Amino acid sequence: MRIKRAFRVWQRHWLVYTKLYKTSFALNFAEPALYLVAMGLGLGSFVKDIHGQPYIKYIAPGIVASSSVFAAVYECTYGTYIRMTFQKTFDAILVTPVNLDDLIAGELIWGATKSVIFGITIAIVIALFGLVESPLIILVIPCIFLGGLIFAELSIIFCAIVPGIDSFSYFYTLFMTPLFLFSGIFFPLDSMPRLVADLAFFTPLYHLVIVCRAFTSGSVMNALGSIVWLSVVVVVLAPFPFKLMRKRIIV
Amino acid sequence: MNRGVFRVESAEGWALRPALGGKDREPAVDIVVARKLIKDYNGLRAVDSVDFSISRGECFGFLGPNGAGKTTVLRMISCFMPPTAGSVSVFGLETAGRPSEIKSRIGVMPQDNNLDPDLSVIENLIVYGRYFDIRKKDSLRLARVLLEFVELQDKAAVQIDQLSGGMKHRLLLARSLMNNPEILILDEPTTGLDPHSRRAVWDKLNHLKKKDTTLLLTTHYMEEAEKLCDRVAIMDSGKIVTIDSPSHLMELHGGNLEDVYLKLTGRSLAD
Repeated sequence: MRIKRAFRVWQRHWLVYTKLYKTSFALNFAEPALYLVAMGLGLGSFVKDIHGQPYIKYIAPGIVASSSVFAAVYECTYGTYIRMTFQKTFDAILVTPVNLDDLIAGELIWGATKSVIFGITIAIVIALFGLVESPLIILVIPCIFLGGLIFAELSIIFCAIVPGIDSFSYFYTLFMTPLFLFSGIFFPLDSMPRLVADLAFFTPLYHLVIVCRAFTSGSVMNALGSIVWLSVVVVVLAPFPFKLMRKRIIV
Repeated sequence: MNRGVFRVESAEGWALRPALGGKDREPAVDIVVARKLIKDYNGLRAVDSVDFSISRGECFGFLGPNGAGKTTVLRMISCFMPPTAGSVSVFGLETAGRPSEIKSRIGVMPQDNNLDPDLSVIENLIVYGRYFDIRKKDSLRLARVLLEFVELQDKAAVQIDQLSGGMKHRLLLARSLMNNPEILILDEPTTGLDPHSRRAVWDKLNHLKKKDTTLLLTTHYMEEAEKLCDRVAIMDSGKIVTIDSPSHLMELHGGNLEDVYLKLTGRSLAD
């Protein structure tokens, strides 16, 4: 794999994104803003403070984390799959000096980039709501990149093994939705049976939520363990998207 | 070799590389060599132990019906698929060893449209040029010349879905020339085109041939093989039945290439 050739793939995606972002950018703000208003203000008015914080302030960092990883997941499930199959973009690229490993690296880095774009956008939204206490939130950017990379890896692994585009609903329903609900975004997991918290420890969104929450409130030390966890998992998962895509594409 | 020599002042004066004439002409070198090449997939032997070599500057055609193994051979030459057994080398390099180096020197025009629908006509060329590390300034200039070459200069800013089938074909041809390829690989370059568009593609290919670009194509049109190819490999069920010039084949077996095919394989090309 050559990073320069992976960057060429990234550049292609960036060009397409910047062409379209004017029409879709407002939507990036809309969905998390809806969650904040509905859950934070609506539901929040019936919920007592959590860990000494008003409910909306409690969920805001989790919304940053979940919106950012969902951006990578959409990109590297439907986006990658469509490029690979219907649009035949992969076929076009693979007859150039860009090889499959370069191409997959480009997809992964682009997925993580999408996470960062969304993460920053939502961080601005919650800052505007007055829900950010510390300027240290800026340090969350590289952590979101790590989190985005993990979800891009998982998405491309799934992409490489699915028989068709309809199968992605399994990924969303059986994997993403439980993570979204049980990663400590909407309620602390210590209110759940011990098993839930134990399982959550092995899932990536849980750790990204911890990191986002720690940086939003300025308590950096709380994030260190989770940053290590995210870094290790990025590396552990890394070979699989390449291996499985080679298996799928190179016949 | 005169790699990277673009003469891009105008479409009229445009040359992929300066034509080699007279004593400057390089001796015929085998630019693609396949030895006992085999490809199995989906439980079938798609290519069954074929041997061929193609000289620099030659137009070489793989002729046969659908499923004869023509596309699979091209895919192995363009490093898209590894052989199951045997070997294929391009520019003296094994395809398995240094694919990027080989791919940087070949152009591929696919059978199916795989233009990037998210990009405009000119962006398709620029982005493609970037994969070959062509600098933006050069690729913009080259893209404009190539668009003129394929008569799409008025469509530069248009989105792909607004092009007709013939225009998409011509744009695919222009895209495959972005890296100034020494070998141009064309998988059924005119399938599905109306007679007018087909002739337009032939004109362009003849132009490239005069400029000493090696052309490799698959086709199931006899007329195309007769018009363009110096030599053809007649393929049937993954095997090469014979390799010869179209004129010699017709001399030997009589009639036209269609009759030759029928005589050699016992089947008509339409099967």
